[in-house]
Amino acid sequence: MDIDTISRRKFLKLSGLTGVALTLGYYLPANAKEPKLITAFDAENRGIELNSWIYIDVLGKVTLYSHRAEMGQGVYQSIPQIIAEELHVDLDKVNIVFAPGDNVKYGNQITGGSSSIRGSYKNLLNLSATARVMLIKAASNKWNVSELECYAEDGHVIHKPSGKKLHYGELVLEASKLDIPKNVVLKKTSEYKLIRKPLQRQDTPLKTNGTAVFGIDKMIPGMLYAMVERNPRLRGKVKSFDATEALKIPGVKQVFIVRMGVFNTFREGVAVVADSVWAAMKGKKALKVDWDDTGFEHLNTEDIYRRMEEALQKDEGLSFVSKGDSNAIIKSAEKKIDVVYTTPYQSHSCMEPLNCIAHYQKDKIEIWGPIQAPEWVQDYISKELGIAREKVIVNMTFLGGGFGRKAFMDYPHEATMISKEINAPVQVIWSREDDATQGPYRPGISYRCQGVVANSEISAFKVSIAGQNNSHWRGGAKDIPNRSATEGFLKPYVDNIQNLSIVDIPFETPIPTMWWRSVYASTNGFAYESFMDELAAESAKDPITFRRTYLKDERSSELLDKLEEVSGWKNRTKGYGVAITECFGSTVGQIVKVSKNAENKIQIDQVWAVIDCGWYVNPDIIKAQVEGSIVMALGAATIHEITFKDGKTVQNNFNTYKMPRITDIPPIEVYIMENDADAGGVGEPGLPPFAPALTNAIFDLTGKRIRKLPFELAKV
Amino acid sequence: MAIINLKINSKDYSIDVDPQMPLLWAIRDFVGLKGTKYGCGIAQCGACTVHLNGQPVRSCSLPVAAVANKNITTIEGLSDDNSHPIQKAWIEEQVPQCGYCQSGQIMAAAALLSKNASPNDADIDAAMQGHICRCGTYPRIKRAIKKASENKP
Repeated sequence: MDIDTISRRKFLKLSGLTGVALTLGYYLPANAKEPKLITAFDAENRGIELNSWIYIDVLGKVTLYSHRAEMGQGVYQSIPQIIAEELHVDLDKVNIVFAPGDNVKYGNQITGGSSSIRGSYKNLLNLSATARVMLIKAASNKWNVSELECYAEDGHVIHKPSGKKLHYGELVLEASKLDIPKNVVLKKTSEYKLIRKPLQRQDTPLKTNGTAVFGIDKMIPGMLYAMVERNPRLRGKVKSFDATEALKIPGVKQVFIVRMGVFNTFREGVAVVADSVWAAMKGKKALKVDWDDTGFEHLNTEDIYRRMEEALQKDEGLSFVSKGDSNAIIKSAEKKIDVVYTTPYQSHSCMEPLNCIAHYQKDKIEIWGPIQAPEWVQDYISKELGIAREKVIVNMTFLGGGFGRKAFMDYPHEATMISKEINAPVQVIWSREDDATQGPYRPGISYRCQGVVANSEISAFKVSIAGQNNSHWRGGAKDIPNRSATEGFLKPYVDNIQNLSIVDIPFETPIPTMWWRSVYASTNGFAYESFMDELAAESAKDPITFRRTYLKDERSSELLDKLEEVSGWKNRTKGYGVAITECFGSTVGQIVKVSKNAENKIQIDQVWAVIDCGWYVNPDIIKAQVEGSIVMALGAATIHEITFKDGKTVQNNFNTYKMPRITDIPPIEVYIMENDADAGGVGEPGLPPFAPALTNAIFDLTGKRIRKLPFELAKV
Repeated sequence: MAIINLKINSKDYSIDVDPQMPLLWAIRDFVGLKGTKYGCGIAQCGACTVHLNGQPVRSCSLPVAAVANKNITTIEGLSDDNSHPIQKAWIEEQVPQCGYCQSGQIMAAAALLSKNASPNDADIDAAMQGHICRCGTYPRIKRAIKKASENKP
């Protein structure tokens, strides 16, 4: 068999790449837990589909099919940085191509859970190092010398004694026929030349000159545009609509009812298809729609939180963690803390509103868009439309923000249904108002925190949680506690607090909810770490010293040492607050310093953040992610919330769902702990500790405990 | 519908459109320059910022008929090789994350620098506070504008 034709047939189809190549990839053998490395040559002979592969062509150019979406978190840079390190090539030789959605080839492709790097780096290191060893072997075979006399540098293999040199591209054919070496030795951290360096992101120049193609910028031939009038009540059907005026607008072509899935429910709207975005917008405005929301409760925000409060006081709930006997200690204690923390509903509000292109072609559907979970879209559309999953092609573009909202199937489903109706390719663009008023939202959650302090230590700690569980919207069981009830809460706390009880109180509303950057940690962190601060104050101990009683493990201790050091904690004045949370494999501690300004209003003077994410790639990207997380947390804590009135979302654009601005941002310093522990997440863990560190700082300055988010800094 | 003549990045375009259509959609869908972004449609976020006779304006809220024959500059017209001092500083400081709002941020910053060669913190705040970045790149935006003002010949 000719490897040339194999490569061409196999990979031309996917990528348009041509020529002879060394292609290495992973596959998961039946009944195996660990994926195995294989060459394309071998894979073809054995009829194996390759997972996440790299491809080195005759010019020495390296292409990686990226299985992760770029939504700002920097994976477009971090993954090539990993490959170039072990492959010994220049970073600019590594090209990254977004892989179409396919969980057969790439496994779980969801860009979420801060998993882009931590879920793949070990395989990527091994893949690259193995390719390098094979190229060296190929060269030594060619020269008929020992491979021990050869080494790789800058995309070449060099024979040390003679100085002979071959380009990787000249070796790929030979290398592609070799057996895959076992137990390739990876570099030590101290040997890294690229990893752990603050190299500039390769996508930056595309984002400073307007050439990066986001979903909304994508165009395909013959494409029409659509906007959809949506029920402001979040649920229900179209009773009737009048399109007379809409159809008079030049460019408006068709108006019809469209139905899309929202987890296990459906939403209906009226689609206006036109030959330009503006005509579709005008057509949408000119529509008259009568809605039928039978069975949808017209809730107000106050109703929701009152019900949560009642549930927290009355319901026993489902036990998630139960250690010792906190109930008995709390019941018999003379002095206890019993308080409720509440966190609001929030919108993701990505700067790029939801949008999607779909081209329905009867037995095939092609989709383009800013999509975090291409394989979920592929699965969902395949099932809903009864088309084989390999005939549903999901192409990813750059994402103008994701934050969890774009890991959802509703907008691609809607675009597909519209394309099917008009029998043409169509781009559906959500208005900012659609984006803000339709959800799904981060769920509002209330926490009842009860505790007893004796001898300056925690003798009982109980947190009961009432809030919507995202999994219920996906059809999850309602009689088991939310398994994320302690997300955000450090594991050593759970291990070392002796009388500990965490209770999940099932709570439902008809409001659609889903994950939002850092998911439950974004709200849990506020309750747990504020309550920890209350207990510390009760014990009269320094808040960090108090936490150390439970955070004795090496990594936690070192992180607390670093926080104290960078913030000058031990010599602090009034107005300092600390919080430390963990999610997606990383721990982040933050210290916020507040003071009162000339108008006697609270101002944030400084934020220090320390992240322990274990093994990492690019320190500058990590710093950027933590800075951004703090800004997003600042908005969610002090500026915006989603509220409901009469079953409708009150906020509908950035004039009512206000955002942090450049004028709201304090100086932020970010520090990274150096260790080689398994890599943790980076995109989300910086968010949860900010709100409690801020409110703990305000308590330190004013004695006032803030237990409800959001709050206005100027009104404290 | 009406024929509107536009002068964008020193090039002339003649398009047959609804005169009330916002400039944003004319630029994106009729001229075909996609670097200028839709963010809110009500001049609250700044993602659609372009220069009109050198001044930063919100193209989402400006009817296309009102800007006929005037000098419009979009992100694509700032330079053809990322060489504008603001673009260079944006790269040096690694400002963008998702990047969606950055065309607007850069256009606002470039307009600021053109009339104020060394802006202080208050000048930067005043010029940039109409721009939302959901990724939270504000600290770097501030640094980049200062760097650009220092680098400027």
